[in-house]
Amino acid sequence: MAVIEIKNVAKTFGAYTALHDINLTIADQEFMVLLGASGCGKTTLLRIIAGLETASTGEVWIGGRRVDHLAPKDRGIAMVFQNYAVFPHLTVFENIGFGLRMQKLPNDEVRRRVERTAGLMQIDQLLKRYSGELSGGQRQRVAVARALAMEPDVILMDEPLSNLDALLRMEMRAELKGVLAESNTTAIYVTHDQVEAMSMADRISVMHKGEIVQAATPLEVYRNPAAEFVAGFIGNPPMNFLPATSQGGGKWAVAGELFDGPDRSAPLKFAIRPEDLRPAEQGLTATAKVIEPLGAHLLVTCEIDGEIFRAILDSDMTVRPGDRITLAPQPDRIRWFDPETTLSAV
Amino acid sequence: MNARLLPYLLILPVTLFLCVFFLYPFLLVSKQAFTQGAGFTLENFRDVASHWKFPISLKNTLLLAAVVVPVQLALALLMATMVNRMEKGRDLVLYVWTIPLGISDLAAGIIWLAIFEQSGFLNSMMTGLGLAEQPMNFLSYQSPLMVFTAIALAEIWRATAIMLVILVAGIGLIPKEYYEAAEVFGASPWQRFLRVTLPLLRPSLQTALILRVVLAFEVFAVVAALGGTLFPVLMGEIYSYQFDLQNSNGAAALALVVLGISIAFTLVILRVLRVPKGATI
Repeated sequence: MAVIEIKNVAKTFGAYTALHDINLTIADQEFMVLLGASGCGKTTLLRIIAGLETASTGEVWIGGRRVDHLAPKDRGIAMVFQNYAVFPHLTVFENIGFGLRMQKLPNDEVRRRVERTAGLMQIDQLLKRYSGELSGGQRQRVAVARALAMEPDVILMDEPLSNLDALLRMEMRAELKGVLAESNTTAIYVTHDQVEAMSMADRISVMHKGEIVQAATPLEVYRNPAAEFVAGFIGNPPMNFLPATSQGGGKWAVAGELFDGPDRSAPLKFAIRPEDLRPAEQGLTATAKVIEPLGAHLLVTCEIDGEIFRAILDSDMTVRPGDRITLAPQPDRIRWFDPETTLSAV
Repeated sequence: MNARLLPYLLILPVTLFLCVFFLYPFLLVSKQAFTQGAGFTLENFRDVASHWKFPISLKNTLLLAAVVVPVQLALALLMATMVNRMEKGRDLVLYVWTIPLGISDLAAGIIWLAIFEQSGFLNSMMTGLGLAEQPMNFLSYQSPLMVFTAIALAEIWRATAIMLVILVAGIGLIPKEYYEAAEVFGASPWQRFLRVTLPLLRPSLQTALILRVVLAFEVFAVVAALGGTLFPVLMGEIYSYQFDLQNSNGAAALALVVLGISIAFTLVILRVLRVPKGATI
């Protein structure tokens, strides 16, 4: 049982504030992804949880125990590093067994656990090799096996797949998700790759400039972004935004069209995902600029009132640059953001 | 230009230089060592080995190396680890620590002589503080242990920095992630040093140890300044064969003996600290 609670954690490096007052609770056996662009503080937060970095203020609790004053080894965690950190001078066997040897477990117990985790990660044929004789993907497996062999309450992963090529990454993504689900550990996974985040997470914490902007299920983050940043960060291509002016009574004018929205008078931003647009008789009139056939779909980048606007359309459609097309947004997928606070206005 | 020939062309000047100024003199010395008048002989080796000072100078040389090199290794490792942890002033500390490297070994010997001799710093300090009633002669035939200690101290002071600079460079090459991984998986600072730093430092340790051991067998000027004839070493014997006894065949033979010892130790160090294939950083 390991619930992780992060209470009011902040971190400053001199005058630079890397983390502002972070509060986050991660449930037992949950797979939490910290997602954000580089420099958003996600790795710093992970390192604070691991104990490799000390928070300037705040508390970290793991399994009902306050751990922020404890050494990493006393926190019940294991970690997978971005560059794997598989010791080059030890064989795969000794690498996986490193933490167990440090705990002074008896030899047969070390052997049993190393062999079990190596089997789980399908590297049982490589136990006598050195890391120099392994491929990147195999090294990655050793790093994961080493963490699993500890049978930790919490596994921390810092961009573990970012050094693999695209195909291997996809394969490892699914495998890692399966292995972790079976191991009954709480997992925190740092990545800048939204596809990894969407496909693996139970919940995603989207981070921006040292703050958690939204912590929710992948679908919730995708469908109902809590802020403009999330809407623009998640989804490829991201959400479209257009300025909207209130016509009173919950009616909003967007690029000359009327839509139903929240009943308020201050200006709002209208937002819609590119795939939630359909060509129609009536809707937003756009001028097509760039057409990118993607096989299954057609990505059309157009312009509405000088704003870039993207639509994912059926690949059977014929559109040429310069064509005027009318796009109808799916009404239940329209979102509204307050330009003042950049937060969702529902 | 043929790209395959270019590398060889580029190393040609230094190869020629080494052949003329190293290989050729070496062959001459070898020839001298194995000849007497005409014809091949091992007589020179028999001569030098049967001289009464040979066993004692061999013993002294080996003993000095056996004491000095481990102390220097430990000190250099400690200093390198400390320097590596420093965030500010690292370069300044390194410069200060490497100052003795810029001093010739004879000058270093004389500096330590100025400390230990009867009218030296140590004696004036001890009498000044009232620890001794009158100056003592530390470096006399009556106190061989003191002579040995003075020589060892001077050698440690003089030549630890050469190991230090090699080890500092080597430690700098070890990625931080290995230490963090070791820490997360439960290694104490001492265990991290033993299980991460030392094994990953093997290539630098090899270089530093070979260099230092070979130099230790060549110790001469420091011993001459501090011990004179009280503490005979192999290099001193070569000198006296060549210049006092005017026996250049004997000097050459003894020089080859020292070379043989150096090669033997180099091979042992290479073997003991070898890095298995695939186990490099």
